[in-house]
Parts: sequence; C-alpha cells; structure tokens
Amino acid sequence: MNLMMLLEMAASGFGDREAFRNEGASLSYADLFRAAGAAAREVRGSGRERLALLDTSSLALPVGLFASAWAGVPFVPLNYRLTGSELSRLLAEVAPCQLVTDPERAGALSKLDGSRVLSRDAFLSSARAGDPGESDWEMDPDATAVLLFTSGTTGAPKAAVLRHKHLVSYILGSVEFGSAGEDDATLVSVPPYHVAGIAAMASSVYAGRRIVQLPSFSAEAWVALARKERVTSAFVVPTMLVRIVEALAREGSPQLPDLRAISYGGGRMPQEVIARAMELLPDCDFTNAYGLTETSSTITVLDPEDHRAAASSADAKIRRRLGSVGRALPSVELQVRGEGGAPVEPEERGEVFVRGEQVSGEYLGHGSRLDADGWFPTRDAGWLDRDGYLFVEGRIDDVIVRGGENLSPGEIEDVLRQHPAVADCAVVGIPSEQWGEAVAAAVVLAPGQRAETAELAEWVRSRLRSSRTPEQIEFRAELPYTETGKLLRRQVRAELARFARGTP
Amino acid sequence: MIRCAASAQECEVSALMPVLKTGSRLRSAVCATEVMLVKAPATEVEICCGGVPMLDPAATKPSGLAIAADARSGTALGKRYVSASGDLELLCTKPGEGSLSVAGVPLVLKEAKALPSSD
Repeated sequence: MNLMMLLEMAASGFGDREAFRNEGASLSYADLFRAAGAAAREVRGSGRERLALLDTSSLALPVGLFASAWAGVPFVPLNYRLTGSELSRLLAEVAPCQLVTDPERAGALSKLDGSRVLSRDAFLSSARAGDPGESDWEMDPDATAVLLFTSGTTGAPKAAVLRHKHLVSYILGSVEFGSAGEDDATLVSVPPYHVAGIAAMASSVYAGRRIVQLPSFSAEAWVALARKERVTSAFVVPTMLVRIVEALAREGSPQLPDLRAISYGGGRMPQEVIARAMELLPDCDFTNAYGLTETSSTITVLDPEDHRAAASSADAKIRRRLGSVGRALPSVELQVRGEGGAPVEPEERGEVFVRGEQVSGEYLGHGSRLDADGWFPTRDAGWLDRDGYLFVEGRIDDVIVRGGENLSPGEIEDVLRQHPAVADCAVVGIPSEQWGEAVAAAVVLAPGQRAETAELAEWVRSRLRSSRTPEQIEFRAELPYTETGKLLRRQVRAELARFARGTP
Repeated sequence: MIRCAASAQECEVSALMPVLKTGSRLRSAVCATEVMLVKAPATEVEICCGGVPMLDPAATKPSGLAIAADARSGTALGKRYVSASGDLELLCTKPGEGSLSVAGVPLVLKEAKALPSSD
C-alpha cells in the first residue's frame, strides 16, 4: 500500500481533470503525478530522509505529499505560526530534511544543519519541468507516509506517525473511487499541518474531486472564493463556521447556489452555531466529522440525515444529537471505558477508545499507545447513546476534579452558551484549597449584551448541580484559539488562576 | 466452468502466487488487470483473472496463456470485487479484459456505499 497507488489510479482514470487550484495556478491529476515523480527523484538525489513543508497551502503541498510517497520518505508539514524557538525544536526533530518553505523564510533558514532549503517556487517549477521516470515507488504498507505534529494544546507537540497502511485504509474505508462529479469542487481552508488537510488531499484525489485551496482564512475570502470557484463542498473547523455564519447573516439572504455540503470537525461545535448554519443554508448538507491526528482523520460521522432528523425532532434524545459527533465509520470500532478499564453502559461517561486499520496511535520517539488488542486511548472524554451516537466532552486532561467529583467543562460551557448574553465561554479548573480544584469561567458577551456574574452563576446552578456552578466568572473581549480553532485552555486556566490569587 | 490450476502449465504459474494478506497486490497472467487485496480470506485461496491464476506483480508473464472464453467480462478501475461469502475483497488498480474468480466462482462487483465526504 502506498498513497501513490491512489494518485496513479486517479491519473489513469481521469488524468486531464483539474485536481488542485490555488489562485490562478492549477494542476491536473496527470500533472500532479508527473510532478510527484520528478520531485521524488530530486529528494532521493539529495539524500535527505524527510521532505518537510513550512508554508501555507499552495500547489507545493500535494506535490510534496505525493513526492514523499514516491521517494519513500516521510512528509512533514510544519506549523508556520510557531515561534522561532518552537520551530527550531521541531526542525531538529526532523533534520536532515529537504525543507520547502516560502521565499521569505528560505533565506533565514538556509543554514539549517544538514538540511536542504528550497523556496516553494523553486521546488514547484523544478518538479513541473522534471521527468517522473519509472513508477518505482515501494509498496511497503509499514513505510511512514506522514509525520504530523499534534497541536500540543495540553503539552509539548509530538509527531504522530501515519504509515501508508493507515492513510490508504482510511481512504478505502470511506471513499469510493472516482465518485465525484465533473463539477465537484471542495474548498480546503485548514492549513497543511492539520490532519484534515492531509486527509482531504488523499480523499479528493481518490474521488476525483477538485480541491480549491484558501491559504489564509477569513470568512469574507471564504465566501467570495466559494462563489468564484463554484465550490460544491467544504471542510471547516468550528471557529471558521462561526465566522462564516456571521458573514452570511450580514448578507441577509446568502447566495451560495453551488454549495451542497459542509463538513466540520476539529473541535467542539456549539449547537446554536450549527442550527443557525442549517437555517442560513437550507439546501446544504452538513456532516460532523470527529477524528484525531493519530487516527488518520475521521473516525465518526454525524451525517446530513442525522442533522435533519435531530433539528426537526420533538424527542429530546434525538434532538440532542445535533451536539453529537455521530456514529463510527463502518471500518472503525468504538468503546467508552470507565476508570477501571472496562467498557461502560450507554449514557455513562468514560474515555473514548478506537480501533481500526486507519488508527496509528504511534508517536515519533515515543512508540505506540495501542493496547494489546489494538485499541487506542484517545484521551477524549465522552459517552455513547443507545443507538451508538458518540458525544465528546473534551480532553480528559481538562476534566475538573472538584472535591473528588469529575466535572466536564464541555457540559458547563454548553449551558453557559445557551444564555442569550453569552457569545463564547471557556470553563476551567483552578486551584482551590477547599476543593482541590474550583470551577472558573471566562465569558465573552454577545455584542450589546450585558450580564452579571451572579446571574450567569444562577443560570448554571438552575440547570446543572451546584457543584458545577462557576465560583469565579470573568469577562473577556475574546478567548485564545489556535489557528485551527482549538481553545488554548492552558492559557485561560493560567489567567484565571492568577486572578484568583489576586496578583494581576 | 473453468477451474484454476486445471493444467500442469497453470500449476507452475500458481506457484508464483504470493502469500495473500491485506495490501497484497496481484497481476493478471493474461491481461492488464492488477488488483490489491482489501480483505484477505483466512484460508488459502487461488485468485484467477481471465480463468488463469494471478501472479506476483514482480513476476514475468508466462507466454502462451489466453483468457478463458467464459472469463472475459473484464475488470473496471477502482471497482471492488467480492466473493459470495464476503471474506475476500479485491480492488482493481488497473483494468483489463479478464474477469476475476476464486475456485471457479466469479467474484461479484461490490455495490458502492454512500458515505458523506467528511474532509
């Protein structure tokens, strides 16, 4: 198994079709195949053991991914938002490599030890002009396809090892070859270092669906590009959908006639946001996809039918599924396990475990986290309903332990967000002499709204138990998120804890 | 019905067939067809294309073999083919004129499942 098998099939099945578009530039499947071969030859010739990409989305991204697969070296997309010292640490972990980057950085990084630094344009033009030669990639399923650093919101980033067998199994388990229509186009606005961006390339190539890249996200640019390129589907993280919904609402009656499907994932989606998006785009199918870097992207989906059924149901147990991440893919098994390690009953909380061919669960230099039977502990807290719908409540490390009771920040945040004055919020545990940890909340008020802390505390108390009521509430203009929409809880916790000790 | 490895010549060919596991690839001895195993059966089986046992992709095609008359309905790129019991599944990575069978029983085209695109 090799990702190149997927591209070779696409190039022979529909080689002339446009595969990737970025502003004025484009690549057909046949172009991409040839460029991958030529770039692979260069990588092999350079003797470097990895191909790293430190850049926003460009055509160098698919060429880099498939050239790495052809050359038999891992592809390593790096987060271009990292600071100098964080980046140096990651680069040291992947050196010696061939590093493709934007022209501004190429000069500054040229002295990188043992590595060869190329600007994006030099890499691309050489690949497009070169000769692909023989189709001589190895089919070793255990070869590493991608090293992808996790976001590290709770600790230092680790590189997940995604082997060809994981990514190819994911594609074969979830995509039908050539299933996209000639006019299908998907808008990818997540950065190259997000697993959804990698998965989107493999699944769209296999489906024959054109990818339109948006290198730098803003809601206005997203809506304009969707219109201009007649985009039919898109993947977004929740923070992107929040802004897109706001931008569409400002337009009054939004017109995106070609857009038929939006999938979302990569973080918790507030129910109000998805409900509003469904109202604004009634002809659009919505799919919630839950997955992790370590699982080669999606492991559960809440499909469009589930969305419609939940939104229109009078049954509270169906309606709440709008806040669920759906059911496991046919090729994936799920379990929720309690603290003793045994699976718990439906509706009971525990840690989410997953098993399947696409699940890697392995980190560079740290080995595999799979148990003897191949189950991966996701470190996500959640529960299943009686029909197998999974509800994810957040990272286990974020669970607040107050006086021996485990409290889920997600549950409290959901209730706070339902208050009409609350636009966004984050609930964290802060040190408490009495309880070990106490519940604290940072709240962003909706424009023009006011609320007192006592009122918000009472709002939570009357809907949940008193132990879940925030003892400290602070107002913020905004909350800190990563570019891919993950809340930086560590930062919120540090700020609220500092305030609690009275040392601003 | 054509039996795999029915003749002495074909038995020699079948000796080239590698041990089958998920991800294994095979090529036809008589046409352009190439397949990858998506699901490998627990027991040893002989997979035929065009009525003749398939080969390791690195093996050279023996000469003098032809597609059997009742095994020429062809394979299609990207389609999956399954055994009646469902324990064997092949993905066609290169199409050809021969059709696929196991123990003389033709494999059937697997219906495409409709999953929503999630990324």
